[in-house]
Amino acid sequence: MASPKIKLSIRDLVIKFKLRGQVLTAIREASLDIYEGESLAIVGESGSGKSVFTKSFMGLLDGNGWIDSGSITYEGEDIARFKTEKEWLKIRGKKIAMVFQDPMTSLNPLKTVGKQVQEAVELHQGLKKEEAKRLTIEILDDVGIPDSESRYKQFPHEFSGGMRQRVVIAIAIACNPHLLICDEPTTALDVTIQAQILNLLKNLKEKYSLTTIYITHDLGVVANVADRIAVMYAGDIVEIGNSEEVFYNAQHPYTWALLSSLPQLGVKGEPLHSIKGTPPNLFYEVKGDAFAPRNPKALKIDFVEKPPYFEVSPTHKAKTWILDPRAPKVDPPASIKILRDQWGGRKNA
Amino acid sequence: MPNKKDILLEVKNLSVEFGKRKKKFVAVNDVSFHIYKGETFGLVGESGSGKTTIGRAIMRLNESASGDIVFNGKKINGSIDKELDKEITKKIQMIFQDPMASLNERAKVDYIVSEGLYNIKNYKNEEERKEKVEKALLDVGLLPEFLSRFPHEFSGGQRQRIGIARALVMEPDLIIADEPISALDVSIRAQVLNLLSELQKRKNLTYLFIAHDLSVVRFITDRVAVIHKGKIVELAETERLYGNPLHPYTRSLLSAIPIPDPRKEKEKVLKIYDPSCHDYDNAPPKWVEIEPEHFVLGNEKEIEEYRITLMHNQ
Repeated sequence: MASPKIKLSIRDLVIKFKLRGQVLTAIREASLDIYEGESLAIVGESGSGKSVFTKSFMGLLDGNGWIDSGSITYEGEDIARFKTEKEWLKIRGKKIAMVFQDPMTSLNPLKTVGKQVQEAVELHQGLKKEEAKRLTIEILDDVGIPDSESRYKQFPHEFSGGMRQRVVIAIAIACNPHLLICDEPTTALDVTIQAQILNLLKNLKEKYSLTTIYITHDLGVVANVADRIAVMYAGDIVEIGNSEEVFYNAQHPYTWALLSSLPQLGVKGEPLHSIKGTPPNLFYEVKGDAFAPRNPKALKIDFVEKPPYFEVSPTHKAKTWILDPRAPKVDPPASIKILRDQWGGRKNA
Repeated sequence: MPNKKDILLEVKNLSVEFGKRKKKFVAVNDVSFHIYKGETFGLVGESGSGKTTIGRAIMRLNESASGDIVFNGKKINGSIDKELDKEITKKIQMIFQDPMASLNERAKVDYIVSEGLYNIKNYKNEEERKEKVEKALLDVGLLPEFLSRFPHEFSGGQRQRIGIARALVMEPDLIIADEPISALDVSIRAQVLNLLSELQKRKNLTYLFIAHDLSVVRFITDRVAVIHKGKIVELAETERLYGNPLHPYTRSLLSAIPIPDPRKEKEKVLKIYDPSCHDYDNAPPKWVEIEPEHFVLGNEKEIEEYRITLMHNQ
């Protein structure tokens, strides 16, 4: 890692929700370190808890959810203990800001785009009207909105999807945050626009020296932007490593499954790999490896005991019994082997 | 690819317009293509390019301003007689994008799947209807006991299967799949793609696959047309198009595909399409077959350049 300073440190975080009289454990003892200046991608299916996990960094859990145990340390302070909105407002927006998924619904349709960005500028940077407007237009320029001065006066419905997403990003940037969380920033967008928005986020990261977290279900999207990738399944991080390690040398069967269900890696005319079954019901306690029931090659111990992290390299670890020295050898699927060969081939070259 | 190439659907010089006079907007502008029996034909473009409008025009949901749509040798746009209309309803079916929004929340699966049958009375008695509906559900990998349930009881992938069953029950020849997997998770996406290709083999279906996700299109289609601002700019067999893209818009689309490979991704150069690179005021473009089964839109000078590119690549 270029800069080993830890920005945000999450330890054994447990988040629970009360739903219809039952208690659901959405995050099950997840731990994660986020380094300053890095860009990290959290990847998983819908319902894996990736959004809940990151929302808890900003105190944005729904009313029926709470942090049950564990800690979230930001600049030496355990923000998991925060109770009041007043405490959270020190962090939310100012230090950690978020770009939400759907640009169609996350803007206020009744306010001009300029006002919405300026609101954040005034609130978080304490600037007065003229000054704030100047900065707002500057930020609109930065996120690639052409003609920013006249666009300032327009309403969200006058913007296309890609342009709206730029506005949403502008609002997040206007808070001048240290850490930017992007929740599926491109899922609602076209391929061409998607590439542009990812490029934009990359450039902004440099310009404003941000630490960025991407949340996505599509591994294909993050190859470009992520330094490190954390794979999340059933409320826990099952594999984490830098981007090349996760792509070329994936260890957890769930990461294998995610990678091989990408159409880019499929062979035409043959069925694409698909993950059978559904994620576990988190109303009940999960025994052993949460992915075992959906893993055709699961070992016996996977159903009995939860695997610890096994280190693959100093930066790469995975929670799977396959890595235990006592475990029988399990062959990864063909498409993973191809990826591994590429890794090996190019490493030598 | 089928060996014998029968044309199932032909679209000739189709235009679709919305609004009148000053407010007129040409959504589809003089588009021609044909789809062979048993193939999967892809239509790719960004939002607002008119790809969905073409699908809707084939379904007779949007009126065409000019041009012909010929299905099984019969013209099906404009005014047609009732018999033919009924046949088209049966033979051409659609699968929609968002399974969360496209199923009636207040109807049971039984009704949702049979609605088409009710509409054209395509069954002799209640028993036959039940039989057809159950068979359609089994075809998409759902159990007949799901019939008495409501859509909210299903996951996204299951809902999309219901959407497919609803199309299958009519025993169609052509299915128009409008972004059928864009709203789904990666793993469910794979399940639905597999189901679609399996059904195609089993029932000899023909698909018009509308999407903006080029990696999916490459995986599933036999031939692809790239559409930009209501005009098809390039059309070819899928591998040929991906191997030798000629039109600058196709190139920019292809350059935007995310590659699940960090090293390649970091070297990737994004090409941005600028429509002003064409000099079409002085030399209007033509639709040219530049090599067998590979069509591209361009004026004489551009076609010449494309030819040279092709030669170099071979």
